[in-house]
Amino acid sequence: MMRVLSAKLYGRRGFYLALLLLPPLLWLGIVYLGSLLALLLQSLYAIDEFTARIVPELTLATYRQLLSHPANVDIILRTLGMAVAVTLAAAVIAFPVANYMARHAGPAMKGFFYVGVMMPMWTSYLVKVYAWRLVLAKQGILSWFVDQLGLTPALEGALAAPVVGGPSLASSYLGMFIVFVYMWLPFMILPLAAALERVPDSLLQASADLGARPGQTFRNVVLPLALPGLAAGSVFTFSLTLGDYIIPSVVGAPGYFIGMMVYQQQGTAGNIPLAAAFSVVPIVLIGLYLALAKRLGAFDAL
Amino acid sequence: MTAAIELRGVGRRFGSVTALEQVSLAVAPGEFFALLGPSGSGKTTCLRLIAGFDRPTQGSVLLDGEDVTATPPFERNVNTVFQDYALFPHMSVADNVAYGLKVRGVPATARRRSALEVLGLVQLEELADRRPGQLSGGQKQRVALARALINRPKVLLLDEPLGALDLRLREEMQTELKTLQHRLGITFVYVTHDQGEALSMADRIAVFREGRIEQLDAPRVLYVRPRTAFVARFVGSANVVEAHVAARLTGEARPFAIRPELIEVLVPAQPVRAGAITCEGRLEDVQYHGAASRWHVRIDAGPVLTAARPESEPAGQMPAAGDRVLLAWSPESAVPLVEGPPIP
Repeated sequence: MMRVLSAKLYGRRGFYLALLLLPPLLWLGIVYLGSLLALLLQSLYAIDEFTARIVPELTLATYRQLLSHPANVDIILRTLGMAVAVTLAAAVIAFPVANYMARHAGPAMKGFFYVGVMMPMWTSYLVKVYAWRLVLAKQGILSWFVDQLGLTPALEGALAAPVVGGPSLASSYLGMFIVFVYMWLPFMILPLAAALERVPDSLLQASADLGARPGQTFRNVVLPLALPGLAAGSVFTFSLTLGDYIIPSVVGAPGYFIGMMVYQQQGTAGNIPLAAAFSVVPIVLIGLYLALAKRLGAFDAL
Repeated sequence: MTAAIELRGVGRRFGSVTALEQVSLAVAPGEFFALLGPSGSGKTTCLRLIAGFDRPTQGSVLLDGEDVTATPPFERNVNTVFQDYALFPHMSVADNVAYGLKVRGVPATARRRSALEVLGLVQLEELADRRPGQLSGGQKQRVALARALINRPKVLLLDEPLGALDLRLREEMQTELKTLQHRLGITFVYVTHDQGEALSMADRIAVFREGRIEQLDAPRVLYVRPRTAFVARFVGSANVVEAHVAARLTGEARPFAIRPELIEVLVPAQPVRAGAITCEGRLEDVQYHGAASRWHVRIDAGPVLTAARPESEPAGQMPAAGDRVLLAWSPESAVPLVEGPPIP
């Protein structure tokens, strides 16, 4: 019986493949794309100002509302600025770590680093955010440590800066930035390390052999070949920052972020269409970001 | 004349493993020099020390009389053709070839012109705008060669450059490389584990074994006068006769090597040339190899000796497996060997 079935399946490759793919396709199609389309549809509805009911008619009124209020535009720009800053910082910090993991560490050291990079992700996200609030507090361990180093004036100087500063790290954009970078760094390190691991040593040797100094080898060979990993990692850090609403509500200055607006609009305000329109913003921004990355040749080496 | 490359008592240890020990050699300008040996014998380590990818733990490396032991690869006037070609996958063929000029700050139009010129040398101009991923193995190999030549190095290092190619292409490239070397007058250092390749291309060959040079000579000398049993067996095939067997055959207890093609196969009744060394044995089998057949004979003194004879020999009735035969060779064909370290 089984043998007959196996033989039948083996003969019909297409059917066999379809059978295997059906469950994940259903999952992807209905749960992922379906809900995404539902979301998009919601953003094309509008809320009736008087009855607070959703009017199921296609309209761009919600988007008009989203983009015509300066406060909403502020929120989008604030979130975008934070996402860009976090992504850049994560890339700069992740590169040396990923490079060490991929090229220089022995097997034991490499395992240690992989576990070390991923371990923070094993604990609860909320615990980490609240822990950071304590770390960054005015009398917190970080300011104590900075004081021990005699760098308190530098910290105070940074906190006195406009926009990013604040009364303490825990209630400033600077502190929020630190927490974001901490949270998403593993998502940058891992794809970057994977990309760097695929660059054979002989390419770097060939570059040096042809007369390139280490800096030239980095610019001409390592960086272009690491770009796909960098692009993948930055999509993570970028989109995770754009969509997060817990970190901005626990740590940092009181300004709103996109995620917080989504949370508030669909909850207390009960404006589902506006919430949906807000959550379309990160999708559009990431789409633009990917198009730009492709333009710049980030995926040419794939 | 100053040597193009000189190694003085060079050694390289990796922790407790010795990859190279007390290697000294000098390569003359314009010479085609081969480093030959089985894998793990230290020949590639040796090449990496000359290129500067690695530094010796002992001794010194000189290029053109200048000590470069501590000089990084990007400041050495040598270029390398890598075993895996190491072409940059994100650059076109022309950009790959022009890379050496790019990092020296040559403007784009000038380096494109030079790149096309060097690509012409290996007959690949029409592929200048392809990506390495779109090339065949043989084409990649030529691009790697062109890229290594663009800086006009005094020394070209080749690390098993033909290892990944199929037999016909390999033979074609051998001729091409040799011609190119003549034309450009560049010193070639060529790493290979293929003794045929080394014999047919090199001016001199250093045979490596376990991190040391076992013998350094011209191909002809290496083949005709191998110094040790290892060289005799590794370069061409040879019968190595151990001391105690040699004592029974010649009366002298000294090991010797004899090439199969220098052994005659006779039927016992046939007359033997005067002065020849002879031994009787039983024919085990005959392997047909086209131009010549290989006769495996277990001689009465113990070991199996191989004789290679043209198809037409021996004249008359062909002996069959199991028959008694007579092997004969002239005394000067046997090469006395130095008792080297035992062969594992």
